[in-house]
Amino acid sequence: MKIGVLVKNVPDTETKIKLTSDGTGIETQGVKFVMNPFDEYAVEAALQFKEKIKDDATVTVVSLGPDRVVETLRTALAMGADDAVHVWDDAFEGGDMLTNARILAKVIEKIGFDLILGGKQGIDYDAMQTCAAVAEHLGIPQVQIVIALELSEDKTALVARRRIEGGDEVVDIKLPAVVTCEKGLNEPRYASLPGIMKAKKKEIKKIGLADLDGLTADDVGSMGSTTKIVGYESLAQRPSCRMLEGEPAQQAADLVRALREESKVI
Amino acid sequence: MTNDILVFAEIRDGSFKKINAELISAGLNLAEKSGGAVNVAALGGDIDAAIEDARKYPIQKVYAVKNAVLANYSTQGFADALEAVVKQAEPAIVLFGATAMGKDLSARVAARLGAALLTDCTEVDLEDGSLKVKRPVFSGKVYANVVSTNDGIKMASVRPNIYPASDQGGDPAELVDVACDLSADNIGAMVTAIESTAAGRKDVTEAEIIVAGGRSLKSEENFKILEELADVLGASVGASRAAVDAGYAPHSQQVGQTGKVVNPKLYIACGISGAIQHLVGMRTSKVIVAINKDANAPIFQHADYGIEGDLFDVVPLLTEEFKKIVEG
Ligand SMILES: Cc1cc2nc3c(=O)[nH]c(=O)nc-3n(C[C@H](O)[C@H](O)[C@H](O)COP(=O)(O)OP(=O)(O)OC[C@H]3O[C@@H](n4cnc5c(N)ncnc54)[C@H](O)[C@@H]3O)c2cc1C
Repeated sequence: MKIGVLVKNVPDTETKIKLTSDGTGIETQGVKFVMNPFDEYAVEAALQFKEKIKDDATVTVVSLGPDRVVETLRTALAMGADDAVHVWDDAFEGGDMLTNARILAKVIEKIGFDLILGGKQGIDYDAMQTCAAVAEHLGIPQVQIVIALELSEDKTALVARRRIEGGDEVVDIKLPAVVTCEKGLNEPRYASLPGIMKAKKKEIKKIGLADLDGLTADDVGSMGSTTKIVGYESLAQRPSCRMLEGEPAQQAADLVRALREESKVI
Repeated sequence: MTNDILVFAEIRDGSFKKINAELISAGLNLAEKSGGAVNVAALGGDIDAAIEDARKYPIQKVYAVKNAVLANYSTQGFADALEAVVKQAEPAIVLFGATAMGKDLSARVAARLGAALLTDCTEVDLEDGSLKVKRPVFSGKVYANVVSTNDGIKMASVRPNIYPASDQGGDPAELVDVACDLSADNIGAMVTAIESTAAGRKDVTEAEIIVAGGRSLKSEENFKILEELADVLGASVGASRAAVDAGYAPHSQQVGQTGKVVNPKLYIACGISGAIQHLVGMRTSKVIVAINKDANAPIFQHADYGIEGDLFDVVPLLTEEFKKIVEG
């Protein structure tokens, strides 16, 4: 069974985001990039399947992005993935999610997977587009925001639990399929020291535009995209917080009055 | 292609969800600029009641695909049905809710139709024929202004609770049944059951008021004091990740980066420090109240009203005060 995991490299949530002076970009200098937290659940899920199946299951991690994504691929290798594929080409620069999905679908087609896992969304743009679009291009089912996942005895199907508003959907899935992972699915492992040492020596396969049949420079990157970020804006600052004084009973009474009379939300 | 706006209506348990009325009002703004009409796509199994509800809004047409295969949501089934509606209605723009269903379906359909797709928008506008949106990115630290650059169809998903729900009114909208061949055999992922986690309360993403608690609640048992307050206000109960990871509250109630993004009119944070990963989930709330015993807790920098104090003293007193109002 061949399991592919799509991983993304994103700014750590703790890092300060600074806009470029003209406000149209983000300063990447000094920003710490990490594996997208939702993708950690995907890598863990893949490794657990592999451990359960034992015989000839492989876990391949795939990441699209500039050279810095190699570090995220090595993190996944150190956790226990078998191989890593780095998808990049200068022509891919500036691509939006749907465009990148077209590239990733070609890569996946080339390698051939029985199951493709990913995080439910990247915590950079929170788009939840890439994996769905990959599934569409491959013509296979997708199930997103999954908090439980089980493989059938014969390894041709899955049962997933998908988180929706106010409940969970239980879904029967035929493989091959794309599944995206939500917090709660598992507890991602830390890389072991031997794992880290081994990962350092592993060769990472590179795939560029020339390796992908049927895609030209016009289909990818900013040229192939249908959306464009034209600028960023800082959040409007809330007026400073009004602290309510006095004994707790006074504070409670004043708060209720303020919510009713000033902000009129009650 | 027409200048029309198509609203994908989310129907759950046969009912027309509130987000749809919000999308209609966002759609009406866009239609004024595009010179088109707003229409609704209603897909599902037994959805007659929802269709009748939809027809009462100030829209032109309801395009319906009624098919037993669509009784439960499936990405593939709904994508095929929506594609059929889009082919017939030829909208310039399709709007979805930024919900589990809307985000999942919009990406699939956009990829199929080569559309431009803008997700999780807090503002949608039309400028020189381009869809222009505002959306929070990078853990809600900044807004990105994003535009569509294609000539063809454009799509956006809109965050719930941002646009006011449209009122109903006017003549009933025309009902158009759209033919679409669907077979369960072609759907590789099928919902076999839906299990509610709501326990009689609205999901936090749909709540108008949220009372949320953090690690400081110290136990599942203690969350009861938040529930009592929530009961009086008709609110939902939210939680920080620290509280969820400690087992005091279920993940379905978690607010934040790895939980849910909420946007109520009132968010009461009880014993929550205000970490960036929590803020990303609730900072667009209209009014934020923070109760914390540490005057330096970061949450106060993002709140409208603050009480420095012990939540175990303050919350029961608040419950009493609100009761007085509710009981009039
Ligand atoms: C990748 C990633 C994703 C994350 N995702 C999320 C997420 O989705 N949601 C989320 O919430 N967090 C998330 N976190 C965790 C986040 O960083 C914080 O650790 C978490 O929000 C802290 O929860 P807390 O405020 O309940 O706890 P603490 O930070 O421990 O704060 C407790 C607060 O309660 C106050 N307090 C204690 N006792 C009382 C009392 N009796 N009365 C009043 N106040 C009291 C304290 O002063 C303190 O401010 C994430 C972290 C990472 C790294």
